[in-house]
Amino acid sequence: MAFGFLARLRNGLARTARALRDGVSGIFSGASISPSDLDRLEELLITTDMGVANATRIRDSVSDAVRRKRISADPASVLAFVKQDLSAALPTGSSVVNFAPSPPTVIFVVGVNGVGKTTTVGKLAAFFRSRGKSVLVAAADTFRAAAVDQLRIWAERAGTRIILAEQGADPSSVLHNSLDAAIAGGEDVVIVDTAGRLHNKEHLMRELEKMGRVAQRAVPGAPHETLLVLDAATGQNALVQARTFSGILPLTGLVLAKLDGTAKGGIALAIYDEIKVPVKFIGVGEQVDDLAEFFPRDYVDALFSESPADSGC
Amino acid sequence: MFDNLTQKFTTIFDKLAFRGRLTEKNVEDACQEVRTALLEADVNIQTVRDFVGNVRDAAVGQQIIKGVNAAQQFVKIIHDRLVELLGEGTDDSIHYRTRPPTIILLAGLQGSGKTTTAAKLARLVRDRDAKRPLLVACDTYRPAAVEQLKVLGGELAVPVYYRSGADPVTLAAEGVEEARRGGEDVVIIDTAGRLHIDEEMMQEVDNIAVDILPQEIFLVVDAMTGQDAVNSAREFNERLEISGLILTKLDSDARGGAALSIRHVTGKPIRFAGVSEKLDGIEPFHGDRMAGRILGMGDVVGLVEKAQEVIDEQEALAMQRKLVENTFTLDDLMQNLRQVKRMGSISDLLGMIPGVGGRLAGASIPDSEFKRLEAIISSMTLAERTRPEIIDNSRRFRIARGSGTSVADVNALIKQYNEMRRLFGSKGGFGAAMQNLAGMMQGGKPQLPGDSPEDRVRQLRSDRERKRKERRKKKKNQRKQKRRR
Repeated sequence: MAFGFLARLRNGLARTARALRDGVSGIFSGASISPSDLDRLEELLITTDMGVANATRIRDSVSDAVRRKRISADPASVLAFVKQDLSAALPTGSSVVNFAPSPPTVIFVVGVNGVGKTTTVGKLAAFFRSRGKSVLVAAADTFRAAAVDQLRIWAERAGTRIILAEQGADPSSVLHNSLDAAIAGGEDVVIVDTAGRLHNKEHLMRELEKMGRVAQRAVPGAPHETLLVLDAATGQNALVQARTFSGILPLTGLVLAKLDGTAKGGIALAIYDEIKVPVKFIGVGEQVDDLAEFFPRDYVDALFSESPADSGC
Repeated sequence: MFDNLTQKFTTIFDKLAFRGRLTEKNVEDACQEVRTALLEADVNIQTVRDFVGNVRDAAVGQQIIKGVNAAQQFVKIIHDRLVELLGEGTDDSIHYRTRPPTIILLAGLQGSGKTTTAAKLARLVRDRDAKRPLLVACDTYRPAAVEQLKVLGGELAVPVYYRSGADPVTLAAEGVEEARRGGEDVVIIDTAGRLHIDEEMMQEVDNIAVDILPQEIFLVVDAMTGQDAVNSAREFNERLEISGLILTKLDSDARGGAALSIRHVTGKPIRFAGVSEKLDGIEPFHGDRMAGRILGMGDVVGLVEKAQEVIDEQEALAMQRKLVENTFTLDDLMQNLRQVKRMGSISDLLGMIPGVGGRLAGASIPDSEFKRLEAIISSMTLAERTRPEIIDNSRRFRIARGSGTSVADVNALIKQYNEMRRLFGSKGGFGAAMQNLAGMMQGGKPQLPGDSPEDRVRQLRSDRERKRKERRKKKKNQRKQKRRR
């Protein structure tokens, strides 16, 4: 499983890895290092969306390391150094799911509009099912037209129960009913799909806060996981999103969705830097099993993968 | 608060003489700041490089205009360049075909907002241009995407075409036929979200376009997109030869630098902006406002327009008169409270300005507080509301019981009311009273923005005027002294 996932992650990031590798090879000749070489390295790193501050910091440490002769200025050494630098900031091992001491484990899936929350909920349901857990999904996105229908199809694919209400119903009441049903039915995991909300819409953030209270009241310690879904193509605003959402409900992890494009999702590095919320899952396709647990350092490995990804799987 | 960049430039240009030219060296430092600002706004690195180069060329050697400081002048150069790139005016007309139906095709990545935008466009062409639109659901991939469009069409009472089992290319062609038959003169085609590197899916949308030859092909782009925006936009444009862009989720606080990048790489105009989840949330795109937003200076014009929608000017004036004449009753207070409550949506609007959102979180009013105050006033008799001074202890007790609050709550309200009336005799006027009102609902001072751009312009003008007078005086004195000598 881990291998298959790694291959898929590599595949998803193959283009990025190639671009970074080629980029670095093109910049550093091996002889010496000029300020314009460093500028180009910095620009290359900026294209991953990791942010100007991060890119500048890495640029400076590469410059410093070369000057102090700790590394030579050839592409392989520079690449290895950058990889090492990025890995060092990330937690080791996988960021495992926090299960409740006694079921049900309640997982909130939150995020702005169009990042892929409903799809992620469907995939998460399949993920837990494949690990022998019984799952119930709560269709608490009662705002977007047909969101409930979309989730119902995903629940069928994953083979899980679903609790739903009419469009326009109070999401907290759907949540409440779902938790009651999960407790009565002895389900292991409840995954809550929430409506997309822009983090600067205060009334919608209040609604989410209320859902947190409702969950807490029904199941002690809930929500055990609050996952913020990010579109891998999102830029610096994702940092503001993470900051604001974590001010409403403490975030426990990120889901980086749509990593199968050319976007690199480098903003996840910036988010970990600032609020220490790690990526726990990544989504790389539209199939029900296109989601995998995420080992933070694998991301950096895949980003700088040495072998062509296509041959790795 | 709108001038982070201006402040940075001020420090850079501080060393400059009041009169002189912008030299290569001081422009260079400022260009670094511009680069960072644009990158933090998600403008693509290549676009940034080109842009900064142009700005440098334009700025070096410029004479510094008297009375304007170098920093302001530099911001203006950048702003003007940005506006030029983003497109000066607005282009929100649809290019209709003389022989209907006109076909509009929407394409884009997953989650960019195509389905919502399709419905918004249908409403726009119907209500603004008096057309009869037909929506065609060609997203046969995402679960319930067809259902979503049907629901939205239902809300608008706009017909939606779909036939189960048909592939997207067939559906699009059938949709156009259906419009011809039904007499609809605009066909809006919603397609599935697709990755620009998915060859099969790109071929499919290409086939749709070749088959039905749309008059407008809009690429729908999320305003929060980062560096990768250029890759997808370039690919879509090359495959489809798009006629314009629609930038969605502009009601977020994203700086939206992607707008500049995609405009730069595709050369296609941004025609519309999506600004809410409601179906009337589509607006013409304003390049000048977007420029300010990308620079982190906020869309001030847009904000003022919105604020005017929320506050009824007549009401506000009437209230002000009452306050000044001291005939302001508790009934008026209730009305005033309602107005302040509506300002809750203004704080949402202010939240759209990058960097402001968090600071203003406290400026809105919790519903529960509002309800409590409303309940207290509602439990008063008419006489009590118009002449609060008659409210004695037994009345207070009755009001508290009637409104489900405590006597202390009632006391607090009356105290605040008296305080407001008192404030009105003093300086600060209406604004201070409104602030006080907002304050009483959240137990603290609201952080409403004080320094509006208008204020600053006024300040700048009066400063300049003062300096001019001083200079004139000085010269006069000098002349006097000369004469004496």
